Amino acid sequence: MDDHAAAITVRGLVKRFKQVEAVAGIDLDVRPAETFGFLGPNGAGKSTTIKILCTLADATAGTARVAGFDVARERDQVRRHIGLVFQEPTLDGYLTAEQNLRFHGELYGVDRATAARRRQEVLTMVDLWERRGDLVQTFSGGMRRRLEIARGLLHSPRVLFLDEPTVGLDPQTRASIWDYLKELHRRQEITVFVTTHYMDEAEHCDRIAIVDQGRIVALDTPAALKSGIGKDRVQITTDDDARAIAELADRFGLDAALHEGAVTFAVAEGAAFVPQLFAGLDVPINSVTVTRPSLDDVFLAYTGRTIRDAEAARPMSPMALAARGR
Amino acid sequence: MTATTPTPVAEVRVPAAGLAHQVRAAAVVWQREMIRFGRDRSRIVSSLVQPVLFLFVLGTGLSSLIASSGDVDFRTFLFPGVLATSVLFTAAFSGISMVWDREFGFLREMLVAPVSTTAILTGKCLGGATVATLQSLIILALAPLVGVPYDLVMMIELVGLLFLMAFMICALGLFLSARLKQVQSAMPLVQLTITPLMFLSGSLFPLSNLPGWLHVATTLNPMTYAVEPIRSVVFDHLELTPAARATFNPGITWGSWHIPVPVQIAIVAATCLVLLGLAVARFARTE
Repeated sequence: MDDHAAAITVRGLVKRFKQVEAVAGIDLDVRPAETFGFLGPNGAGKSTTIKILCTLADATAGTARVAGFDVARERDQVRRHIGLVFQEPTLDGYLTAEQNLRFHGELYGVDRATAARRRQEVLTMVDLWERRGDLVQTFSGGMRRRLEIARGLLHSPRVLFLDEPTVGLDPQTRASIWDYLKELHRRQEITVFVTTHYMDEAEHCDRIAIVDQGRIVALDTPAALKSGIGKDRVQITTDDDARAIAELADRFGLDAALHEGAVTFAVAEGAAFVPQLFAGLDVPINSVTVTRPSLDDVFLAYTGRTIRDAEAARPMSPMALAARGR
Repeated sequence: MTATTPTPVAEVRVPAAGLAHQVRAAAVVWQREMIRFGRDRSRIVSSLVQPVLFLFVLGTGLSSLIASSGDVDFRTFLFPGVLATSVLFTAAFSGISMVWDREFGFLREMLVAPVSTTAILTGKCLGGATVATLQSLIILALAPLVGVPYDLVMMIELVGLLFLMAFMICALGLFLSARLKQVQSAMPLVQLTITPLMFLSGSLFPLSNLPGWLHVATTLNPMTYAVEPIRSVVFDHLELTPAARATFNPGITWGSWHIPVPVQIAIVAATCLVLLGLAVARFARTE
């Protein structure tokens, strides 16, 4: 990445709301043309970070440059070079799809002939060209989100920010949104910065940063993060979970904890370990699940909780703190 | 990361923010107001109910009381006031409709664009003022029914004055909407601010011979300076005795100074700018 200027550079970013530190010192470099995922539970500071990067909020400390411009001092330059798709809808339902895009083009000062061509390009890309004359209020949630993505691309931004782009959509629509984003990537060189709390979606990214409590706890490609774990995740349900955890520690030296209602631990070669498990535990075992490392496990390894635990228990519970292994 | 060469896409150059870009932004915000107005016919009809009631029900009812007070039909007196109040309500609603834009997220689309808040809000005010003025044309068309002649010059002057007033009220509505987070609070706020502006403006009663406190209240109300020129223009085209004119169109006085109509108009224009500036300052801070 040395021959290109980074698409996004963040140094020592802090955002404080009264006593709460929503962003607690973030450093980050996003390369041009990469899809970068910001992964973490709700309340981890993802939205606050994206707001600062999009010039919608001021940082308490630190600097950020987007597309080569300083977000605090060159606000309009940053805005000209970024596209935004927010968590909340920002379309006018009383206008047609095309009128929404026309409005955007005028607001961004795109010259009219180019804007007309771009409208067709982006609407075709998200399969809404046929529906361009329909009022947006007649669109489904998935169509609206696609239209927002198309609109965010209309002025050919260098960086496209997507804040939880698939939240509130059904799984099928979520998958199709990612298909469109991949198609976009194939067609043009654009940096995509996406926040999500869905682990499976982070797999679509070139690199991801795992964010927890305002800090980046891990940053790499999804594959590297997962292989870094090196262990499979085993979850068992038993008649007496507390005893099972004690026995696992005693007899196998395993650090197990209760996550999502099951005794969870990590072990190399998980499938081969299952027979030993049955032989070694006195507690009756009701079920066993062995999974290859997923980003869930990466999150668990770095934060001591699963992302669902984190969302269920905000602010962090003493239990989860005690479970934090490192 | 994909290594495929990107297929050519239309090159887009977003220009540095010049005045032309700001004007384009304001124009498209204005255009959106027009499109939405055209789509909402029921708003046009419902906004006519109140002025028609004022003019033909209140006006007729009161004219029997006031019949003895000279040669002016009370409805004729009321006509400019009703024009003004109809514009007042429509324009206030247009301004405050920014709350809906916030609720449905579109405000954000506007405020994150690389244009100034001033351009956005100016477009919004021009749009709201245009909508309010267009609606008032229907009431203007009723002029002969209340003894006001069709006169081209008068009509053009009235349209200009109504537009200016609508801009002022729309800017006021925007200023009020800047801090409103909830749609439910919008209507009470309109009632709370617009109704006093209406009653204290001399739109529904003459400003002559008012008790001191009411005289002070009306001279402090910017609406007064918007209504009085409208009435003067109408009364210029009526055949009246000087006594009747003095009663029904006494003008505005500060102490002994009788404020000329051009100065009244200048006061309204200045109020427009002040309110727009305040609204811009508020919006720039909230986002």
